[in-house]
Amino acid sequence: MTIEKSQDKKKKKLYAQDIKDRLISIFIGIFALLWIFPIAWTLWSSFRPYTEIMKNGVLSPPQELGLFNYEEAISRMELPTYFLNSALITIPAVFLTLLFGSLMAFVVTRYSFKFNVALLLLFTAGNLLPAQLVFIPVFKMYLALGDLVGDRRFLYDNHWGVVLIHVAFQMGFATFVLSSYMKTIPKEISESAMVDGANVFTHFFRVMLPLLRPPLASLAVLMTTWIYNDFFWALVLMSTDKKRPITSALGRLQGEFTTDYNLLAAGAMIAVIPTLIVFFVMRKQFVSGLTLGSTKG
Amino acid sequence: MTTETTAPSTPRRRRFFSKSDKITLGFFIGVPTFLHVALVWFPALATMYLSFTYWTGIDISKIQWAGLANYENIFFNTPIFWDAMRVNTVWLLWFFFIATPLGILLAYQIDREIRGHKFYQSAYYLPVVLSLAVTGIIWNFLLRPDGFVNGLLGLPTSQAISFFGDDRYNIWVIMIMASWRHIGYIMLLYLAGLKAVDAALREAATIDGATEWQTFRKVVFPAMRPVNIIVLVITIIESLRAFDMVYIIYGSSGGLPILGVLVFNNIAGEGASMKGAAYAVILFLLTIVPIIAYLRQQFREDVK
Repeated sequence: MTIEKSQDKKKKKLYAQDIKDRLISIFIGIFALLWIFPIAWTLWSSFRPYTEIMKNGVLSPPQELGLFNYEEAISRMELPTYFLNSALITIPAVFLTLLFGSLMAFVVTRYSFKFNVALLLLFTAGNLLPAQLVFIPVFKMYLALGDLVGDRRFLYDNHWGVVLIHVAFQMGFATFVLSSYMKTIPKEISESAMVDGANVFTHFFRVMLPLLRPPLASLAVLMTTWIYNDFFWALVLMSTDKKRPITSALGRLQGEFTTDYNLLAAGAMIAVIPTLIVFFVMRKQFVSGLTLGSTKG
Repeated sequence: MTTETTAPSTPRRRRFFSKSDKITLGFFIGVPTFLHVALVWFPALATMYLSFTYWTGIDISKIQWAGLANYENIFFNTPIFWDAMRVNTVWLLWFFFIATPLGILLAYQIDREIRGHKFYQSAYYLPVVLSLAVTGIIWNFLLRPDGFVNGLLGLPTSQAISFFGDDRYNIWVIMIMASWRHIGYIMLLYLAGLKAVDAALREAATIDGATEWQTFRKVVFPAMRPVNIIVLVITIIESLRAFDMVYIIYGSSGGLPILGVLVFNNIAGEGASMKGAAYAVILFLLTIVPIIAYLRQQFREDVK
């Protein structure tokens, strides 16, 4: 009897929990739909001509649907140029960040010398400084260096200038993440490499680098997203609009195409394609990259 | 180091580096360190120095010591600074008391694998990969005078609510837009943290008769300390240094004054005054406490 009773109670409790879970699920679900609505609406608008909306209102049923805004956006907004600019900044910046980050992490964790912790601290703290705190002197230095080599656009208004500042900043995060990962790799691997007579160069490129593949993949995806999405640096370190990456160019395009919002919608949708690839295809790397810094090792 | 022979952690074999190895190692740390110091630390310190000077920004020999004049100017003669401080404070409080807890709550529910959790997770995570510039444009589609919301309210363009222009609405609209991204970000971080919490801990608490809320508050939350600190740092930094989204909507017009745009207006472009440097230092000092907390957390073991 008593056993039955308590089982009954348990059942009731489970049942109550089940209802509660369903309610929570519905509630979160409604919000989830609200969450994707702004993007869905922009996507929807990008298939419609703006003249139709001006005439019939935003909520009017569509009479004409198609990719015409996309064709126009590509040709009139010169999106291919801006995409190329984004690639010219993002690819070298990510590559150099990962290379320098893993070199630093390698030396700091595998060879003990006096300033190990201090260096790591310097890099990690540097990563947290606000960009605005750094901007004025960097700007002046870029101009001065340009004058020194006889070409004012040597770093300022040049994609290499933007690449360097990204590398300098993001390297701090990469070093920190990679060094905490490297601490989990057994020291014996390094020791046996050294006993076998491997020099430092071989030790890094042949032994350590292949072991770093998982965190490097995650960091690469995360860094690509961050640098591609950067707005500030390309805005302040470039004066020629045609050299700006797509994220920064969108600001100007928004001002220029106020007469045709749906064209802008198509432009914005094209601009998010690389990040959508990250979202759909490389989410595992992105999420683990994001959390690499938060959960040690 | 005299303790080398006794310390158990030092390797038994003393390594001798060849000359070429020494050079390689020097390059390995020299190049990144130089770049980092030259483009991050040196400029940061230079800005701190410049904030106490007058300088038109052209001739280095013409830098003049100004003492606290730039700061006095900001604190006592620039009312817009206090307007911006007010907006950023609202932003911080909103993030701290509303957006961040919502992100945590969401992570907690999704971690329990409620029905549809995979789809929910993706939906909330989507805005995190978008740039803030694109976020600004997307929301403009909903909120501009001939946009979706005004259409839904049945208001013609001439009588439409100006969500970005009207002081009654603009700050809350910006808060919602910022949260759209922030909540997903916090959810992702917290979700990863929750996965690492030992399930046995929770079970033990439940068996002892703790309610769900008690279990979370007394067991799960304290176990998540490292993640909590990171979430706190991100909450403070993102709300005080916000720039991109507001700039893409208002430009430098100051339609909604925030510190990030104020700093930008004073440091970018020609005729930059060193008031901009002082602004940047203020921005930095406002976030220094969470930065130190984060560094202490991450380096606690190393320093010992």
